[in-house]
Amino acid sequence: MTAGATYTSIASTTLSSAASSVTFSSISGAYTDLVLVSVVICATDSANQRMTVNGSTTALYSTTRISGNGSTTASGRYSGLNYYLLTGGAINPPSTNGSQIIITNLMNYSNTTTDKTILVKAGNPTGSTYPGIEYNVELYRSTSAISSFVLTTDAANFSIGCTFSLYGIAAA
Amino acid sequence: MTPILGIMASQISGHLVAPNNYESIATVAVTTAVSSITFSSIPGTYKDLQIRGVGKAVSSGIWVTLKMNSDTTSGNYYAHRLLGNGTAASFGNNVGSSAGIDFTTFYPTGSTAFVTDILDYTSTNKAKTVRTLSGYDANGSGEFNYMSGYWAGTSAITTLTFGNTANFEQYTHFALYGVK
Repeated sequence: MTAGATYTSIASTTLSSAASSVTFSSISGAYTDLVLVSVVICATDSANQRMTVNGSTTALYSTTRISGNGSTTASGRYSGLNYYLLTGGAINPPSTNGSQIIITNLMNYSNTTTDKTILVKAGNPTGSTYPGIEYNVELYRSTSAISSFVLTTDAANFSIGCTFSLYGIAAA
Repeated sequence: MTPILGIMASQISGHLVAPNNYESIATVAVTTAVSSITFSSIPGTYKDLQIRGVGKAVSSGIWVTLKMNSDTTSGNYYAHRLLGNGTAASFGNNVGSSAGIDFTTFYPTGSTAFVTDILDYTSTNKAKTVRTLSGYDANGSGEFNYMSGYWAGTSAITTLTFGNTANFEQYTHFALYGVK
């Protein structure tokens, strides 16, 4: 019944210089879920973090989120986007005073029968312009298996020292 | 930026989970609609359990329930949750039912995704805690659900039963993992 050890490190990078994007490509379809762990600082406090998959920038993405900043809670929705909005609905990566942790679960990413849903949780330290925690559920309306994705921001580069680590989880 | 290809050793210090300490136990992939999904004979060799999956139901907004072992005592289950429906954040709590904890909701549009942790599931000294991140988005509708659940039983968990009065649809997928 047991399929053995899983949760495999697929690829990882630490930025040695500022970058406008980070790409993971040729992702094996051998896993069930992917987990991306991002530790992010951006050049400005107002940069939203985005992900596009398989080179698609068509308006097939959407987001429902919940957030809290220590004073208030809120929920929001974005429809017909051209990207997964990983953060930026309520919080943004800091430019100083620590880093933002973003854990992105790409669920059943390699199947070709269902649209692609991801779960994102992110946390930002106080001292940044948009601190708090944010949880998102997001949809990409395509049944294609995800074999690549690109991370970008909309306002500033990823700063030196950002790390992005991709793991694969294989079900029995 | 040069794309990152293939398999590389992780360059960050520490892994999320130490190698060989996260194992796949069993998987259920629904091919025709079913009313329940059960993981039985769960080995007691792990520290915690994690269930990951996606799913749909035939009807909207039906609670998916989670029952431990064969305990049908409603008062043994309880849940608190934080919800976001795209317009406002809200909270809720409720005693469970004979079917267990109100775990998450499945819908016919979109796919609800979830990651559930059951901590210290083999303990015979304390009640069990369940934590779930789940949600669905359907491009104009959706909900995020952060749930903390409780089962009063002090027995080791050997069976998990997920129930749905509206049936789990084809392509629903539940995967059980053990964490050492």
